[in-house]
Amino acid sequence: MSQEFKIEIISPDKRIFAGSSDEAILPCFEGQVTILKDHIPLITFLRPGIIEIGKNEKFYTEDGTVEFSDNNLLILSTTIQSLKMINTEQKNSMIREAEKALSSNQISDKQKYIFNYKIETLKQIN
Amino acid sequence: MPSLDDLKKRIKSVKSTQKITKAMKMVAAAKLKKAQDNAEKGRPYSEKLQNIILNLTKSLSEGSNAPKLLVGSGKDKVHLCVVITADRGLCGGFNSNICKLAKSHFKKILKGGKELKIITVGSKGHDQIKAEYGDYIIYKKSFKEKKQITFNEANEIGKKVMELYDQEQFDKCFIFYNNFKNVITQIPQAEQIIPTFIKQEDKNKEKALFYEFEPEEDEILEDLLPKNVSIQILKAFLENAASEQGSRMTAMDNATRNAGDLVDKLTINYNRSRQASITKELIEIISGAESL
Repeated sequence: MSQEFKIEIISPDKRIFAGSSDEAILPCFEGQVTILKDHIPLITFLRPGIIEIGKNEKFYTEDGTVEFSDNNLLILSTTIQSLKMINTEQKNSMIREAEKALSSNQISDKQKYIFNYKIETLKQIN
Repeated sequence: MPSLDDLKKRIKSVKSTQKITKAMKMVAAAKLKKAQDNAEKGRPYSEKLQNIILNLTKSLSEGSNAPKLLVGSGKDKVHLCVVITADRGLCGGFNSNICKLAKSHFKKILKGGKELKIITVGSKGHDQIKAEYGDYIIYKKSFKEKKQITFNEANEIGKKVMELYDQEQFDKCFIFYNNFKNVITQIPQAEQIIPTFIKQEDKNKEKALFYEFEPEEDEILEDLLPKNVSIQILKAFLENAASEQGSRMTAMDNATRNAGDLVDKLTINYNRSRQASITKELIEIISGAESL
């Protein structure tokens, strides 16, 4: 029996990824989640982080919604990019922006939490 | 009876107009393909998102601490209408159809003694609505300089709507746009986006799967519903873009054909008057010769 399940990543503009794999690691809002085949139905949402599908495919995302049911993993995100598509310059400017936003006092704890993760994730990318 | 010269000029001018409409038709046809692709690509996202929300609401216990966006504020006093039109004209009844629908809706709202607020997106709609309902327009936006509408633009409008909602400026929100059915038919549509509208039949269709939620349902919904607003607006944008090109293509096709008919008619007229003047001259020559 194959241990693979279907994975689909959709952004409003296009279908970013469609395929199958035996493992997906998602940066969920309350911590990292690894999904394997026959996981129970799940709905959750993401914080900034890296989505790993199998061993080869990696995506950077800032937010998103995840649904898993009947061995179909569906990721809806408006800010998702394949890691290969992000260059250093882009990355640095994104970090700068996030740090600037973080330094202002008018943001809520939840936003702080999200920005911190964003910076951390971006710094890890190389 | 116009002179021969006049007819000649008219034929020439109609012909050059025909060239313009023909070119516009071809441009619209090329753009239509792209817009249609975009609209189709955008559909799965909004459909799936709706699906997730549907699943979520099914498992929400009745009337519990469901977010306001889903169940509404309980009041039905102020209606916000977002009217989405094109920025360019010459596309048949495209803009007027949306405005007609929106205006009849406005009338109903005002008749019911409710308050009305309007947001217009696209300059053509704004022009049409401002004459009659100018006082109700609270915000207008045009993406004229943007070549392609993406999520960012839709999000801008979505955020604006959410901001107003958080300030409790309105209770219900509707969007007006043209749904792209095919090249010839576009259906103007009104859709309720706040509170999130769920078709009753969908609700009863099947028993809910048992889902695990992380974090709690209402937290997810609170994150999801504002996004849904933007996505619904984006969907409307994309459908609208495709409809605009389709509508323009048909309109320009008709215009080209009409111009062709007109040229034919004018040419017949021209030939007849030419014939008449030749006959007249001949008669004059003959009668002149006879009198000698």
